[in-house]
Amino acid sequence: MEELHDLYQELVLDHSKNPRNFKKILNCNHSAEGFNPLCGDQITVYLKLEKDLIQDISFLGSGCAISKASASLMTTALKNKTTKDAFSFFNKFVQMVRGENNQGTNLESLGKLQVFKGVKEFPVRVKCASLPWHTLLAAIEKKNGKISTE
Amino acid sequence: MKTSRLNLQEEKSVLDPEKIRKDFPILNRKIRGKPLVYLDNAATTQKPLAVIEAIHHYYSSENSNIHRGVHYLSEQATLAYEGAREKIRDFIGAKETSEIIFVRGATEGINLIAQTYGRKFIGSGDEIVISTLEHHSNIVPWQILCEQVGAKLRVIPIDDKGELLIEDLKKIINAKTKLIGITHVSNALGTIVPLKEIIKIAHEQNIPVVVDGAQAIPHLKVNVQELDADFYLFSGHKVYGPTGIGVVYGKKNFLEIMPPYQGGGDMISSVTFEKTEYNILPFKFEAGTPHIAGAIGLGVALDYLKSLDLEKVALYENELVSYALEKSSEMPDLQIIGQPLDRAGVISFNLAQLHAHDVGTVLDRHGVAIRAGHHCAMPLMKRLGLEATCRASFAVYNTKEDVDSLFKALQKTLEVLG
Ligand SMILES: Cc1ncc(COP(=O)(O)O)c(C=O)c1O
Repeated sequence: MEELHDLYQELVLDHSKNPRNFKKILNCNHSAEGFNPLCGDQITVYLKLEKDLIQDISFLGSGCAISKASASLMTTALKNKTTKDAFSFFNKFVQMVRGENNQGTNLESLGKLQVFKGVKEFPVRVKCASLPWHTLLAAIEKKNGKISTE
Repeated sequence: MKTSRLNLQEEKSVLDPEKIRKDFPILNRKIRGKPLVYLDNAATTQKPLAVIEAIHHYYSSENSNIHRGVHYLSEQATLAYEGAREKIRDFIGAKETSEIIFVRGATEGINLIAQTYGRKFIGSGDEIVISTLEHHSNIVPWQILCEQVGAKLRVIPIDDKGELLIEDLKKIINAKTKLIGITHVSNALGTIVPLKEIIKIAHEQNIPVVVDGAQAIPHLKVNVQELDADFYLFSGHKVYGPTGIGVVYGKKNFLEIMPPYQGGGDMISSVTFEKTEYNILPFKFEAGTPHIAGAIGLGVALDYLKSLDLEKVALYENELVSYALEKSSEMPDLQIIGQPLDRAGVISFNLAQLHAHDVGTVLDRHGVAIRAGHHCAMPLMKRLGLEATCRASFAVYNTKEDVDSLFKALQKTLEVLG
């Protein structure tokens, strides 16, 4: 059962039960909604972008512990980062949860987000973890978007 | 304690699960090093050896196309395929084999009825009635039809227990109601719908009733003539048969006036470029080479179920469901979703505040297979104010030990996610 505890680490459970930045930013200028039709996970990411700077980021939505914790930790990781940082995080994160990190990408820079390393042992849950990140990209790229994992 | 020991004795006298389990090779499998506890039978059931061998036998010694060859093998294959049709007729108590149409499954069955009967007899301003309990496959084909012909969908509501509000049905139906599409058993809650009553109400107004029997056929003794259902359909794979095969039963007088579903070979009696004569029933609805091995396998699956005695099967499965409900009442963190008076084969629940997918993941690591999600019944979930539930669904090879394993794993889930 090791891998269960690797998946549902304290940090993940904490963020799923007490999600951070779980609100709508009132003066946000970018947002996007993401769905995972398989699970019924639904999330909206709100951004306040000042040129390339993520001045504020938040989310609302419903779903499993993995998707909620992933969204929550994503928001804490990206506040006051640039969109360029966000893209780089996105790539590393998605590689990590898919278990495609064989080129030895340095995951250290992901910081706390490394808590989702265990997801790769659960292929059907990869979409849960990556949904917030796909939604984030949609929010950066469009002023108002809708995406789906399917 | 007393009641469970009583149940155990009863169970012994009803069916011998250990003997039955030997008929299902997959149950010997280990999942992640643990014995398989398969409680996702409403999604699909496992197959008995007899079915697996029948398919093997067909392909290794009878394979041929049907209804066309003059040669020996074709004759054998045709006999086996038509023999399966007769078994199905007998199993559901239909009057004639010409009323049994082979399709891919329940989904195709409903689409067939919508696109043939529906396209011809339902028009602009007409109404089609379904219920809140329906699986998406008994919603979307009717929505598509409504869009095509300009008809309107009406929905019979349910109460908080998950029972249909029959009084509301009486208010919903009117002169414009042209069809009722209703499930026999809810795949998400296990509710057994009072079909006879609904059909009686409908027939008083001359409204035909299409019954989605996908979740009823594995658990209940169904007689379409006693029910007086106009159409009844189900999937083979949910009743111990192969995937890719299912059945539409239709009363002959309806099937005769319906246009064909798909065009092609086998569904014609003569073709010229000017005009095509359609074949007689049931072949009018079976264009192209069908899933011959699937039909044969389904026939054998129904033989198997019949050999166990359907009434005993129903009793035994009820025992399991009652046992699970009893155990759940000892677990304060577990909330049963839906309390229908009559229930078949299914229990939906949520654990504490946990999301069903997380519960499903942890159970899986303990070798326990359940379904987690909206069960293709999103409108029902919305009505219940839920995103998802966990669903344990039972088959004849499940045991009380399986139920015990489920609850042990649920306890572990609380430890991991609590
Ligand atoms: C009540 C009900 N109807 C219809 C279906 C659709 O069956 P199939 O996917 O085999 O066509 C299902 C299967 O989940 C079901 O539970």
